[in-house]
Amino acid sequence: MRDNQNTLVKLNEAGFRVNNKWLVRGVSLKVEKGKIVTLIGPNGSGKSTTAKIALGIYKKIDGSVERSTDKIGYVPQKISIDWTLPLRVYDFMVLTENLNEKTIDEALSLTGVTHLKSKNLGDLSGGEFQRVLLARAISKKPELLVLDEPVQGVDFTGEIALYELIKKISDELNCGILLISHDLHTVMSATDHVVCLNGHVCCSGSPIDVAKNNEYKALFGEQASQILSRYEHKHDHVHTSEGEIKKN
Amino acid sequence: MFDDFFIRALVAGIGVAIVTGPLGCFVIWRRLSYFGDTLSHSALLGVTLAYSMEFNIAFSVFIISSLIALTLIQLQKRTNLPGDALLGLLAHSSLAVGLVVIGFLSFIRFDIMGLLFGDILAVTVNDLLIIWIGGALILLVLKLIWRPLFASTVNYELAEAEGLNPDRAKAIFTILMAAIIAISIKMVGLLLITGMLIIPAAMARNISSSPQKMVIYSIIGGLLSVILGLFSSLEFNTASGPSIIAASLFLFILSLLNIKQSIKLKN
Repeated sequence: MRDNQNTLVKLNEAGFRVNNKWLVRGVSLKVEKGKIVTLIGPNGSGKSTTAKIALGIYKKIDGSVERSTDKIGYVPQKISIDWTLPLRVYDFMVLTENLNEKTIDEALSLTGVTHLKSKNLGDLSGGEFQRVLLARAISKKPELLVLDEPVQGVDFTGEIALYELIKKISDELNCGILLISHDLHTVMSATDHVVCLNGHVCCSGSPIDVAKNNEYKALFGEQASQILSRYEHKHDHVHTSEGEIKKN
Repeated sequence: MFDDFFIRALVAGIGVAIVTGPLGCFVIWRRLSYFGDTLSHSALLGVTLAYSMEFNIAFSVFIISSLIALTLIQLQKRTNLPGDALLGLLAHSSLAVGLVVIGFLSFIRFDIMGLLFGDILAVTVNDLLIIWIGGALILLVLKLIWRPLFASTVNYELAEAEGLNPDRAKAIFTILMAAIIAISIKMVGLLLITGMLIIPAAMARNISSSPQKMVIYSIIGGLLSVILGLFSSLEFNTASGPSIIAASLFLFILSLLNIKQSIKLKN
């Protein structure tokens, strides 16, 4: 991969294992300013693990990761907040950085949850909480946004609106976005580059290329790519449970 | 002004309560009650060492409690035993070793009850200095690590991902726990220090809607407990530690009434 000063984070053959079981390995990708890179793949394919490698949450990794920014906004996939903590949406917004009222209000209004500002975090619905998570991540005007299934639990129309918002943020702030999604079609229009994972990088490229790709079809079924193309070729390998790749 | 033992005890208690208020909130938020217990049980060993080597008690307790905390972190990394088993192991073994050492020190007169439950008669002007200067340092350090500590209490991975270094904040907080135990041992006694940390904070949780409010109410609760407890200790000639903790329990029960009322209002 060619490097330039626009690269915000770059993974070189990165992998992570727990108790000698690989969660993901051999991942190379980079996120540049103003670009959206989407990770797709089935459950357990290492999408969140890859994001955590990129963020430096997992430190004992194989390969390497280079980050050239520390202005990072993160929306984790799962967040368990302990309700022994009395925490309002406002307190959550200023969790990792001090922000003024105006910035907080702007971010909350972008995701449509200004009215929840003084509510207790524990009283929010799943979709409301997801919008607050996204607002918090964008409020600090990060250079790199890592969004792990940012619209889970959000209703369908809201989902489309939020993906449009993500695209808009990437353009306005000129920040790089690493997006994780289980559904390529909803994110298609907002993505520059797609990496399809299944314990390793199965295929990558532009959204259209990936949707056409045979390995993508093998993972997601014929239906997933039908609307795009009838293009087909033989799937030449299978994945074992250890994450090995066996040629047919 | 500090000639009167009761004034000294009051000033000492107020100093302790101001520091246990915010630390106690973190003890509750991070579920560290038993960790606090373990450190305070190990404090007995620190006290006996202080007596046998004619060392300052607070300093010796601070060193021993810090060592126990570091040992715990190492054991967590190197064994597969669950955290509560390790805490129990360290708490009881350090308590036992401390008591055995006391047995060997028969030539020194020991007020074991005062040690376990606090003794307001024993507070000296020197102790006041340790409590107020030590307490101010603890609060200053807590203020410096507040953001990473609080953010990682809410969500570790968010704090780590956004560059706040939660591991360092956690390690520093552990040292602060050892320090608060060291400075409050004479007032509250080593068996009841955790009570001083968690009961006012638990009371505060019942009546607060934001983390800042919880910290403030926790400090106020601690102050009221100390004042109420010490006056009743003087009045009824009871040990200072249990009197303070009983007073904080009284406040906790009052805060439960407040919850019931607000539930009634909602309905």
